[in-house]
Amino acid sequence: MNIALLLEMAAEGAGQRVAFGPRSGGVSYAELLRLAWNSGEWLASQPGQRAGLLDGNSPAVPLLLFGSARARKAFVPVSYRLAAGQLRAVLAGLGPGVLVAAPDAALPVALPDGLVLKTRGQFLDEARHDAAPASASAPAPAPVPSPDDIAVLLFTSGTTGPPKAAVLRQRQLTAYIIGTVEFLSAGPEEAALISVPPYHIAGISAILSSVYAGRRIVQLESFEPRAWVRLVNDEHVTHAMVVPTMLARIIDVLLADGERLPSLRHLSYGGGRMPAGTIETALRLLPHVDFVNAYGLTETSSTIAVLGPGDHRRFAVGDAAARRRLSSAGRPLPSVEIEIRGPDGAPAGPGVRGEVFVRGEQVAGEYLDGARLDGGGWFATRDAGYLDEDGYLFLDGRLDDIVVRGGENLSPGEIEDVLLAHPAVREAAVVGLPDPEWGEQVVAAVVPEAGETVDAAALQQWVRDRLRSSRTPTRVDFVAELPYTESGKLLRRKVREQLGTRTRQGDHEGPGLQPDPQAH
Amino acid sequence: MDLKPGSRWRSAVCDAEVVVVRSPAASVTFRIGGIGALPAETGRPDGVEPHVALAGGTLLGKRYADEVSGLEVLCTKAGTGTITVDGRRATVMTPRQLPASD
Repeated sequence: MNIALLLEMAAEGAGQRVAFGPRSGGVSYAELLRLAWNSGEWLASQPGQRAGLLDGNSPAVPLLLFGSARARKAFVPVSYRLAAGQLRAVLAGLGPGVLVAAPDAALPVALPDGLVLKTRGQFLDEARHDAAPASASAPAPAPVPSPDDIAVLLFTSGTTGPPKAAVLRQRQLTAYIIGTVEFLSAGPEEAALISVPPYHIAGISAILSSVYAGRRIVQLESFEPRAWVRLVNDEHVTHAMVVPTMLARIIDVLLADGERLPSLRHLSYGGGRMPAGTIETALRLLPHVDFVNAYGLTETSSTIAVLGPGDHRRFAVGDAAARRRLSSAGRPLPSVEIEIRGPDGAPAGPGVRGEVFVRGEQVAGEYLDGARLDGGGWFATRDAGYLDEDGYLFLDGRLDDIVVRGGENLSPGEIEDVLLAHPAVREAAVVGLPDPEWGEQVVAAVVPEAGETVDAAALQQWVRDRLRSSRTPTRVDFVAELPYTESGKLLRRKVREQLGTRTRQGDHEGPGLQPDPQAH
Repeated sequence: MDLKPGSRWRSAVCDAEVVVVRSPAASVTFRIGGIGALPAETGRPDGVEPHVALAGGTLLGKRYADEVSGLEVLCTKAGTGTITVDGRRATVMTPRQLPASD
């Protein structure tokens, strides 16, 4: 099984349906298949085992994704926002092969030897041209992809260090798709807007899911909230996936412009902790939309747990249990197992916190330097959390971020949620800093709402009134901004470093915590 | 026949093609339209038709399962033959009701 077969099936079952692009004049599944096959033939004629892409969303993404599978090469989408040092390291790691880049991508680094640069336009020209008709000698038969071929290499966001290349094999991506998507289940009028970048696992899985479901793909080259809203309206988009920071910015546009996205039916979100205020506002503004919270990792071929529309709707009508569950990642997919393990490695019971482990055919848990699955096939996510009695998964954040104060494990996310509920707080980050008495102390960095004033003592009291006193920050620093990865994940490591070097301050606003240009 | 996951098979009597999603617990006889399925890369023999009693059809994109052996296949190309496993008709698995998450 390989992802190219998914496209073949869609072309077989709905060849004339629009697969890609605008409602009228878009590319059909039959045409997409032809272009992808041409792309594969061209890739097969190029040196190396990898097909790199340094670009935003464009027609080149699905053609390289499916074409690579056909040519038995790994598709390697690379972030065009990497700092020069990291980009140099990633490109060197690509080895010999092709790199397709945006027309205006001025490479900040020299290309390593053996890597051939093609512009997006040059690549698309290659894909549009059918290979010359076979001459006297018969054409070589297309290589038969193996389920063990590497389909995609993704450099993970690495909130805790240098990027690592996660390996996703054909059998894992296809297991994810056929385990979660019903073939051609989308109505012919459905369209999915892809605005997460192609080097994000959600950008890859959205293409595969849409093709297998028979849902037309509409792309936004790079996310900008007003352009996103316009495209939803213009292209009658019914489905979309966003990360929390994107949703917050979309809401700002909805509130400012009065847009309500009448065509949208389904909005899934994931890729980071969703602030309660953001999702509650979205539910209120868009009552006609089904919301889905999806939890997954690059290493698990995307989603492993979902909180579905029903749970979101129960919250909207004021169900108390649903309010609590709205902060959960929902329940595991039927095709994966999730287990919580304590520090001793033993499975933890309901309600007991520990590390999230996952097992299933879609779970890759592999990097270029080797597999990370344990003997039983389980992958350690390094995420902390617990399962409640009904099997809902609650996440506390990265295991490395847990604050250990006097032997008690404290979740920064829980404290941040309380801080964010304060009307004067726009953003909040909680980290543990060394403490001679308690081992670690809870320290918060807060970005105030514009025009609001609040002091540290008031915020400390706010937390103390809502959580146990051990969770109250011993220090609250006010900053102009917090560092995030491009996909909106808070860079707690960076916050910890910067707060650790700051001397204790009063309540005046200090300088911002600078975003880390290296971080991604 | 080695029905390992990811292996592809075609009918000897119609256009049907399948990919194995889950292997059987033990060796089985896997047929489409009453005749043993062939590896996908094999050509279809001429002039053979599905057995009349086993011409119910195999539908593109449907997953077929045999509970007894545990074999599960996905139909990647439709055909007129019916899938049988050790003589038992494979059943169409019911669609999953999962919300789109990406």
